[in-house]
Amino acid sequence: MEIMVLLLIMMVLAALWAVMTSLLLRSAIALALTSVILTVIMYRMGAPLAAVFELSVCAGLISVVFISVISLTHRLPLKEYLARRQSRIMRFWPLPVILIIAGVALILIKNPLGAISPVSAGAQDVRAVMWNLRQLDLFGQIMILLAGVFGVLILFKGYKHD
Amino acid sequence: MSYLLILTPFLALVILNLLPNRLRETVGHRVCLLILAAQSMIAGLSPFVAWSRITSMQLESILGFNLLMDNLSFVLLISAGVVGAASLLVGWNTIKHGKERFDFINLLLISLIGMNGISMVRDLFSLYVFIEVTAIATFILMTIHKTKEAFEGVLKYLILSVVASILMLSSISFFLIISGGVSFPAIKAAINLSNPLSLIAIGLFLCGLFIKGGLVPFHAWLPDAYTAAPNAVSVLMAGIVTKASGIFTVMRLLNNAIGYNEPVKNILLIVGALSIVVGALVALGQKDIKKMLAYSSVSQVGYIIIALGAGTKLGLIAAAFHFINHAIFKSQLFANAAAIETQVGSRDMDKMGGLAQRMPITGATSAIASLSVAGIPPLAGFWSKLLIIIALFISGNYIYAVIAVLASVLTLAYFLSLQRRVFFGKITQEMAAVAEAGAGLLFPAVALSSITVALGLVFPFIIGLFVR
Repeated sequence: MEIMVLLLIMMVLAALWAVMTSLLLRSAIALALTSVILTVIMYRMGAPLAAVFELSVCAGLISVVFISVISLTHRLPLKEYLARRQSRIMRFWPLPVILIIAGVALILIKNPLGAISPVSAGAQDVRAVMWNLRQLDLFGQIMILLAGVFGVLILFKGYKHD
Repeated sequence: MSYLLILTPFLALVILNLLPNRLRETVGHRVCLLILAAQSMIAGLSPFVAWSRITSMQLESILGFNLLMDNLSFVLLISAGVVGAASLLVGWNTIKHGKERFDFINLLLISLIGMNGISMVRDLFSLYVFIEVTAIATFILMTIHKTKEAFEGVLKYLILSVVASILMLSSISFFLIISGGVSFPAIKAAINLSNPLSLIAIGLFLCGLFIKGGLVPFHAWLPDAYTAAPNAVSVLMAGIVTKASGIFTVMRLLNNAIGYNEPVKNILLIVGALSIVVGALVALGQKDIKKMLAYSSVSQVGYIIIALGAGTKLGLIAAAFHFINHAIFKSQLFANAAAIETQVGSRDMDKMGGLAQRMPITGATSAIASLSVAGIPPLAGFWSKLLIIIALFISGNYIYAVIAVLASVLTLAYFLSLQRRVFFGKITQEMAAVAEAGAGLLFPAVALSSITVALGLVFPFIIGLFVR
């Protein structure tokens, strides 16, 4: 249990870093770190398949996309960077304070929503659910991917105008 | 039958992309129009033909699609078919480059798959998936011309859409905790308003849908998105996309999952009334024609939500009929705006005047649609607004009924202002050389205004057929 609490605190800190840093590259790395810690949490909570997805897609693929895009940008001059960092700290300083207050409040109230125990969804294998019961959702996801492909083609491929 | 409405556009999409480049555009246009017309016909004939019996059970069991095809599904199916066809025709005449036209057809078909999915799903997660299918196709459609204005509009829409998605996904996880499943019957059976988690789940999902539907106070993205989108996409978005994602879904949830309970009814009445009044007041002050129509959309969508807030069967019927009416008159008004922008080269109403002399058909059809939105008899909009007001009175919501009546006067005011500034008065020198739009742009406007008139005239005779 203590390890879980430690992991959750680390995840919140990494997420906070992702939001508060003024360097895009650091933000992307912090987001990947958040995903990695979430992967460990998911694995420890008995959801290995979700953990694998989180690690491969959110920590891996998304980070690669972010870092590729960031590599296309230019670095800010030092003076401007320092000014932006200052203004970012000024804008986001309430965030850690709110998080600490919310954390303390939740610890004190313990269970704010009363005695709610999740209804058992039945111990079905995730793969069986995905392929045998959720075909319509899979079809919908294929459509989302297809729309994404058209998006890439439209946005990144120049037309040969007459 | 139901799965064919999803599979046919998909198969058409695949086959069209396999065709040689020279054939794609014209064949694509015709095939897409045929699919949309067939869908409208199937949904329109629903009171007379039992489509659910015409089915191939074998293919259905292989696919494993468990779809629901009821009267509410037909409301969205017919609206999506009609508005999709109008958008396709406007796109054919306003998108000049062949490649862009074909991209538009592809994305229109994906968007249609998304909306047909929304109309027929049986569970909350599938509903979310198909809302996203529709949204992603629309984001890309908006940027088809790659203009800076479109990217700005789509960015606002995208960011607020992501917020809506987060709210809906959180709500789905809460529903999963409460009921152990995401199917509509499981959620209906498990909802217990004394459980705070039930209230949180309902509230989060409704907030997500209100953002998607552009209701006050979540409407900030909508006017910029409608204005920045290419004309054909504005027709599609204003006519059906945002209504399918954010308004039809509320109807489906109330009818099949969460039911009409007091807290939900109160939320719907307040959000509906706010949208009606704020949308109408802000529309009054606009000078960009598309922006005025966008705010009018916020106001009219408020009428649908306030009707649902009545919490009665009559309220649902009134909401469904106003949904169809809104799809028809709003897509027509955006088609009129497309004709004006194409011919005049501007959307600024202060620079126009006397255009009825130069664009008589656009002027006449626009007047019909404007009067229908304002609820003037005997047009279709009158009947749906009358039903909404009766539903509110019968359910004892007198103040909301009065708000709905008074806001109709505001609606009439801003549409009369639009007509006066654009079509009436003395023609300005700059407008003297303007000619009527081509047949391609006039056809959807004439067809849609004819539907508005015909629906208004026959409404008292056909309403019984659709209410079962």
